[in-house]
Amino acid sequence: MIDVKHLSKRFNETLAVNDITFSVEPGELFALLGPNGAGKSTTIKMLTTLLKPTSGELSLDGHDVLKEPHLARKSFGIVFQDPSLDTDLSAFENMQLHAVMYGLTLKQSVKNSEELLKLVGLWERKDSLVKTFSGGMKRRLEIARGLLHHPRVLFLDEPTLGLDTQTRNLLWQYVDKMAKEKAMTILFTTHYLEEAENNATRIAVIDHGELLKIGSLKEILKDTDSKNLEQAYLKLTGKAIRDEEVSPHETWRAIRRARSMR
Amino acid sequence: MRTIYFLWLRQIKKYFRSRSRIVGSVGQPLLFLLALGYGLGSVYKSAGQGNYLTFLVPGIMAQTVLFSAMFFGAMIIFDKQFGFLKETLVAPVSRFKIMLGGALGGATTAVIQGILVFIISLFLGFRPLHWVDTLLVLIFMSVLALSITSFSSAIGSFVEDMQGFQAINQFIVFPLYFLSGALYPLTRVPDWLRIIAEINPISYTVDAMRWAMIGTSRFGLLHDLIAMGITLVLMLVFGAVRFRYIEA
Repeated sequence: MIDVKHLSKRFNETLAVNDITFSVEPGELFALLGPNGAGKSTTIKMLTTLLKPTSGELSLDGHDVLKEPHLARKSFGIVFQDPSLDTDLSAFENMQLHAVMYGLTLKQSVKNSEELLKLVGLWERKDSLVKTFSGGMKRRLEIARGLLHHPRVLFLDEPTLGLDTQTRNLLWQYVDKMAKEKAMTILFTTHYLEEAENNATRIAVIDHGELLKIGSLKEILKDTDSKNLEQAYLKLTGKAIRDEEVSPHETWRAIRRARSMR
Repeated sequence: MRTIYFLWLRQIKKYFRSRSRIVGSVGQPLLFLLALGYGLGSVYKSAGQGNYLTFLVPGIMAQTVLFSAMFFGAMIIFDKQFGFLKETLVAPVSRFKIMLGGALGGATTAVIQGILVFIISLFLGFRPLHWVDTLLVLIFMSVLALSITSFSSAIGSFVEDMQGFQAINQFIVFPLYFLSGALYPLTRVPDWLRIIAEINPISYTVDAMRWAMIGTSRFGLLHDLIAMGITLVLMLVFGAVRFRYIEA
């Protein structure tokens, strides 16, 4: 479903992603783990056509991401690491605009929006402007929006960052349910290792742009001779704290997100 | 088409939901009309040029459209900062449609601003010469507005923050505006200034608007229309090409 072959991305001097190869089978819930700056988001950006790789091949649902970006874009949904809603529009208007861009008919759009907004518990607030929403509500809306066009592949880039435990649990329930009901393939990143432990069918650990380990939880624990994922993860990636270089917009959005979580 | 329509609608909704933006962008032209119209009116008259307010109103309307349309570039930068841009860039929609939908929306709001200033100027005592010809001003303002929103989408696509955007406003748009004949006639100025005014695309819109509203023209309507048409095409291409390389 997702095929990544010898993927590399160079920003000036730094090699953010270095010759990564992996594939995700249909119906999998695949976790991509790694410290800050490991190359997770860069990989997702390349898979979702936001960044052009320096070299390598990418395919999604049988479409070459680089040669047929338009077809690839139709087959995936994404929940970004940082906010991507128009806060001057209502929840429903955000959904509607998304539906139009993905070519849904008005009928489909209304039906799917209602179903999803009810699922994430925002149906009663559908006509409120998004700027009046709390951080958790915005996150739920983004997830509903990402699923609106029934994508075959869903990318979740740290979907639960900054959410409380209740919301996180609820969210994973939705995601599990959606994955099973709609037979979706899901690739997610997270810093909460228990989320990967509990939900992922397979896990990949990357650091410094390189793929360190890939396999099921059992395989990774066995290979690294660890009792739990955290132990395995620390054995693989070490204990040093990382600095991450980000674009000014990302810094800005991170500040906004932190504010909205208060 | 539906995508373009909804992206247009988005700009319109955002505009009408932001009362401060409506008031703010009418405030500046009103200040110009009052301060310059009344302040310089007597000087202008004693120089034998007639009623300054009559001369000034078409220029101030063009100014309003120009700066309101430039604001669309700032909207793109906000979309980058608020993250909404990414949502549009991963969608299966061509970059050109994304740019065009927004630019048309931004242009529509700019024209609405221009009309508001026209209405205000009526209260200040301005009367157009021919009401029917004045309707043509709507077309001239629309062409200017879309040219400028296309230009500002190009700027918004490679400028990273509002400071950079303001710098471009200060160093490119303000000079073009002052040298467009919007505030004073450019007939008795030094040659170098006149030449700049003649290659300045905004001069032609101001001229055409004056032709329609008060019946005077410097370049002639045909020249105005050709210049406006060429500017629109060039700006659309410039905006479309630059927007293809936008990164969220």
